[in-house]
Amino acid sequence: MADIAIEFIDVVKKYNDVTAVDQINLSIRRGELVTFLGPSGCGKTTSLRLVAGLELPTAGQMLIHGRDVSRRPASERNVGMVFQSYALFPHMSVLDNVAYGPVIRGESKHKAHARALEILELLGLPNLSRRLPSELSGGQQQRVAVARAIAQQPEVMLFDEPLSNVDAKLRRKVRAEIRELQQRFGLTAIYVTHDQEEALAVSDRIVVMNAGRIAQIGTPEDLYDRPNSPFVADFIGDANLVDGKVAAGCFSAGNLNLAIPGEAGNARVSIRPERIVLGGSAKPGSISGEIVSATYLGSRMEYVIATNFTELLVSRPIAEPRLGLKQHVSLVINEKDLTRVS
Amino acid sequence: MKAHGLGHKASASWLLLLSVAVFLLPWYKVPPDGISALWESAFFHAMAGRLWLLPVIVLPIVLLVVWQQRSALKRQIMTLLLLAFGLLSLLLQVSLIGLNGPLFTSVAGLFPGASTGQTGLGWGGFLTAIALLGLLANELADSGFCKGDRFAAAAVVFVVALLGLFVFFPIIKLATTAFTNPEGGLALQAFGARLIAPELWRLNCISSEGGSCGVVINSVVLGIMSATLSTLLGLALAMLVARTGFRFTKTLRAISILPIITPPFVVGVALIVLFGRSGLVTGWGAELFGVTPSRWLYGLPGILMAQTLAFTPVTFLVLLGTLEAINPSLEEASHTLGAGPLRTFQSITLPLLRPGLAAAFLLAFIESLADFGNPLVLGGGYEVLSTKIFFAVVGARYDLGNAATLSIILLALTLGAFWIQARWLGKKSYVTVTGKSDAGLAAPLPKPLQAVSYSIVGLFVLFTLAVYAIVLLGGFVNDIGRWDLTPTLRHLGTAFSVEMGGNGIEFYGSAWSSLKTTLLVSALAAPLTTAIGIITAWLIARQNFAGKRQFEFGTMLSFAIPGTVVGVSYVAAFNVPPVDITGTMVILVICFMFRNMPVGMRAGIAALSQIDRSMEEASQTLGAGGFTTLRRIVLPLVKPAMFTAMVYSFVTAMTAVSAVIFLVSARHNMATAYIMGRVENGEYALAITYSAVLMLVMIAAIVIFSALIGKRRLGRRVPDNAKPQLSEAVSVN
Ligand SMILES: Nc1ncnc2c1ncn2[C@@H]1O[C@H](COP(=O)(O)OP(=O)(O)OP(=O)(O)O)[C@@H](O)[C@H]1O
Ligand SMILES: [Mg+2]
Repeated sequence: MADIAIEFIDVVKKYNDVTAVDQINLSIRRGELVTFLGPSGCGKTTSLRLVAGLELPTAGQMLIHGRDVSRRPASERNVGMVFQSYALFPHMSVLDNVAYGPVIRGESKHKAHARALEILELLGLPNLSRRLPSELSGGQQQRVAVARAIAQQPEVMLFDEPLSNVDAKLRRKVRAEIRELQQRFGLTAIYVTHDQEEALAVSDRIVVMNAGRIAQIGTPEDLYDRPNSPFVADFIGDANLVDGKVAAGCFSAGNLNLAIPGEAGNARVSIRPERIVLGGSAKPGSISGEIVSATYLGSRMEYVIATNFTELLVSRPIAEPRLGLKQHVSLVINEKDLTRVS
Repeated sequence: MKAHGLGHKASASWLLLLSVAVFLLPWYKVPPDGISALWESAFFHAMAGRLWLLPVIVLPIVLLVVWQQRSALKRQIMTLLLLAFGLLSLLLQVSLIGLNGPLFTSVAGLFPGASTGQTGLGWGGFLTAIALLGLLANELADSGFCKGDRFAAAAVVFVVALLGLFVFFPIIKLATTAFTNPEGGLALQAFGARLIAPELWRLNCISSEGGSCGVVINSVVLGIMSATLSTLLGLALAMLVARTGFRFTKTLRAISILPIITPPFVVGVALIVLFGRSGLVTGWGAELFGVTPSRWLYGLPGILMAQTLAFTPVTFLVLLGTLEAINPSLEEASHTLGAGPLRTFQSITLPLLRPGLAAAFLLAFIESLADFGNPLVLGGGYEVLSTKIFFAVVGARYDLGNAATLSIILLALTLGAFWIQARWLGKKSYVTVTGKSDAGLAAPLPKPLQAVSYSIVGLFVLFTLAVYAIVLLGGFVNDIGRWDLTPTLRHLGTAFSVEMGGNGIEFYGSAWSSLKTTLLVSALAAPLTTAIGIITAWLIARQNFAGKRQFEFGTMLSFAIPGTVVGVSYVAAFNVPPVDITGTMVILVICFMFRNMPVGMRAGIAALSQIDRSMEEASQTLGAGGFTTLRRIVLPLVKPAMFTAMVYSFVTAMTAVSAVIFLVSARHNMATAYIMGRVENGEYALAITYSAVLMLVMIAAIVIFSALIGKRRLGRRVPDNAKPQLSEAVSVN
């Protein structure tokens, strides 16, 4: 298909006996920002490097814009990459750093510098062009790294945890900038992070990875509302994982009984903590429990409630009436908030 | 196919080179005075009956046909097979057909018409091999070798080929020379006889009848004594610098650089001038104390003195490193536990120093075994392996087989010492801290030891000063040998006179020709050595490829082989076809390249390990291939390592003697060989003058290199690792 920018076909990457990436199949559309999300060591960076050409797959194929690049080195792909450490060239000025790509690809020095200046201006760094990377702040270095990657007009942009060296306050701003830039240029981008909030905030789609495999692919809403496995449910946001049985279209655990589609048998469901509504006293059709801990978190309250089948984590807005320890409450859970994960 | 566009372009250039080499260039070596007959290509020779050249001739044509193949996979496999076949056929024919036809009658059937024989390869032959390797590297890169990077793949292939040709092949050739007779037959008995010859192993010197011991015994005894002495001296120096308020540390470090810029023989000559039969000190002794002048200097005592002077700086640097790494708090702890300074030294400091002592001792031992210049000048009747090997090749009784056997013994001793060093350091290094600790002050040296150290060091410095004073003075006085101190410039004139002739300046002096060669060879060798050293470092530090460990081992091997052995092995390997390059300047340059490459390599690896490799990856994603990345990103960041490599290889090329002495020729004589000739003739003043000039040239060269390589303009992101220091080069060697 013409609008597929990047395609992984059965891609495997092994380092000696470690399988870092295990049979990945994935298509990324043009202009899409896809995030690779997963715990440390799950193969995110490796997948990214496979796209860049910094690693070649042990098996399988890598296509960029329909072209098989499985055996092509990084220098023969047109891929912009922003490194975690930024990897700015310490012996070159900011301008030379940004102009490096165009110069290498054969543009005249004059033109390359003009282009570099243009991009630096766009990113709000025009007056830093004469400085050395060592004379910049961390945030500025990060932007120079982005500018350098964009300057070569890449087919694909890759970000490997671009915010891990930016201080916490600035992160929200920088990630919005990256998203804005990506949309303005219509760039196809892959973004690696292990911060789920960051992933939810910037992505068109998220690829959740686990132990070298893809656990689930979907939009942020998909993943949050419809996780396909306990792993995904637990990894993205908080989740109550409840074990029970499904019989005749009904999930039951303790005195919790809710309609659920799908086949009968043992089942595990995920319920988001903020979807559970608390009432003052037990009502018919609701379940009841006792509050065993209540934590004040500024914007919300978090309760742990013991029911007769499990302990549930519940998160409520701070505006609601506060509940105290040992208090008995009723819990209301909607059918639509139940997601079967196994 | 678009994807392989670039690959095809590179392959096409190699193919073009292959075709030119096969069809247009003279395949065989053109004699120095001969005229290059351009039409005497492989094609021409094959038509004239040398049918074994056919495979490389049809190869370019077959390759062109194969490349029309649509399926990339098939094309790749067929190309690889064809290249393997081409390389193999080339290798077989050059190694099986010699000057007078097939080397073994059994292979005559393989090569019809081979009885005409063939000479060494010329431009055509060499470029064919290079083109085939280039094509191979390209093909390997296209199938994913070195992550598809063509330059890296080519670097691996060519460096491996070069190491194979110039490190392993000579050693193998040396071994076969030892095991075979000149006619090519196996001669194990002769080898055995040479191996156990009494002139190698006899112990007469310790028996009651007197006489001299065998050369192996002599070499080992000298090695042990010289290593012991220089280790003790080095220890005293290191103790002073690290454990007392010694104020002349800088001077000491400067002195420690002297030996590597000192041409060989001069120290020996200076010792003769001081302590020889008519020497200065000998004269004083006779006058003041009535000591009868004698030739005591010639033999073990003289060599020992010269070697101790030369190796102490190395042991000093090694031990200083160890001492500075010992955590002072250990010594403090010992004090708080009630141990006095002497006791602490004995029970804490000394045991912690043991690995350093072992390393220093073994280094000095290895250097002593490899030393050629000092035994030659001062040896008298005391023969050691290196001189014995030299005279077996150069002397009146030319016996390459014997030289090869002796070389194998020397090599075994050296490798054995290296092996012990690796084992010892692997096991016994209880490194107390990594890096420095500011957890306390180093324990000062106990008083008695301090006194001993000071007097030893005083003596050493005095001695060094005396020797170098003679080197400085000797060239400008009438006859330093007879202590005739009338100032004169006549020696300088003999060596370096110039006159304004009709055709501009004419260089009359007898030393000009060798100086010119030396400068040219050194100036060529320095950048080439640096290049191959840094590229190898880059391959080892940054590339992953099959066989990398063996590759690393190979590079270290070239480091461990004593110069004399290299010399003999080069004579054995490159005096005959197919690579017949003795007597040329090329072999001198090559010899230096592969001997000195490990220094640049180690410096490069150390520098690269300090540099974030994502910088190179960034460059690659920005479109730069391996070569551009190396040139624009890596090299600017490893300048100090390049400086070290450059200076070290230049200086060594100017002062080395043990290997090149076998390789110089009348046309291409080197300064050190010229000096050796003067020393042998007793023309000490001339030798000293020339040496002083060489040292000046080296100092000038170091200044020029540092200007060329320039200052680093780097920020704080890259740690400022070690400034270029010659002493580093010493300690790694
Ligand atoms: N060069 C290498 N050699 C050997 N193993 C490697 C190499 N690079 C990565 N691995 C292994 O491959 C697996 C995946 O690594 P990768 O760097 O892709 O993880 P990641 O998801 O990026 O983790 P993190 O979030 O910690 O950055 C890990 O088990 C890692 O140890
Ligand atoms: Mg990572």
